[in-house]
Amino acid sequence: MTKTRFFFIAPLLVFLVMVGYFAIGLTKDPSVLPNMLEGKPVPEFSLAPLQGRDDIGFKNTDLMGDVTLVNVFGSWCVACLIEHPFLMAIKAQDLIPIHGIDWREEDRTAGPLWLKKHGDPYTRAGDDPVSKAAIAFGVTGAPETFLVDQKGIIRFKHVGPITEPIWRDTLQPLIEALRKEGAS
Amino acid sequence: MRLFFVFLLATLIWSPSGHAVNPSEVLKDPALEERAREISKGLRCLVCQNQSIDDSDATLAKDLRVLVRDRLSAGDTDEEVVGYVVSRYGDFVLLKPPFNAATLILWIGPFLAVLIGLIAIVFFFRRNSRQHAVGTVAEPLSEAERKRLEALLLENDK
Repeated sequence: MTKTRFFFIAPLLVFLVMVGYFAIGLTKDPSVLPNMLEGKPVPEFSLAPLQGRDDIGFKNTDLMGDVTLVNVFGSWCVACLIEHPFLMAIKAQDLIPIHGIDWREEDRTAGPLWLKKHGDPYTRAGDDPVSKAAIAFGVTGAPETFLVDQKGIIRFKHVGPITEPIWRDTLQPLIEALRKEGAS
Repeated sequence: MRLFFVFLLATLIWSPSGHAVNPSEVLKDPALEERAREISKGLRCLVCQNQSIDDSDATLAKDLRVLVRDRLSAGDTDEEVVGYVVSRYGDFVLLKPPFNAATLILWIGPFLAVLIGLIAIVFFFRRNSRQHAVGTVAEPLSEAERKRLEALLLENDK
């Protein structure tokens, strides 16, 4: 008798397990992609300098020796403009060097003009018109920011604009920990 | 009129399938281009996630198509090209999920479900037929039962 009862209950149990799986699945955001590069060295890249910016371009070896942020931006990117004042504040307080990857500008003057208009928070900046560096970094959209340690290893990636809570709760503590790690 | 239909049919047959590859992107070597197309069809566009980079007009998809072609031209194998993109974006970038520990349930789940169903069916019929078998070799009637049955039958005949 109990056996028969089990046969009747089994489909319901299977159904409930499936509901459980789907319920978990629904809470996941499919646009959040796995971060493949965390803990790995910065990919090899070498970008030309932005026009009018007397810099010597930006390449992966520039990221050795210091804890830095690499920020992917573009003059076409609305969210980058939201983030921009925050980057300027970081620069003004000299909290950490920020390097920029000017991603996918149609026009070679668009990025430099944008920086001239809104301010230039970047120590180094490279022009990435065909996503060479962006793809190497696994970038899917701008802005995206990578925290790189002294050995040139990517320690953290943030997708979307950097905001006060993200800086205070995540980036700043991580940066301090990395600096201590490097000093010892 | 007939010519018109022939023409219509021809355009239907030879119309290019919907893909976003620009003429400027196409490689000169047709064999290499064919490989690039095959790879592109299996790679997800990261911007519009349910399209392949072969289908997508997004700029990142275009850059990925060009990257696939650059790497093939440089002598990479198909696996190396796909491996590079996966190393940047993860398995997610593959439209056909790979067979590994994380996707085991996805791949064998349906077969498992069919197997469980078959086992259930076999069990069900076995049990049923066993019950029937028990029914045919039922215990003979007791003396009291036989008498009662006869009485009933007699009553019926009246």
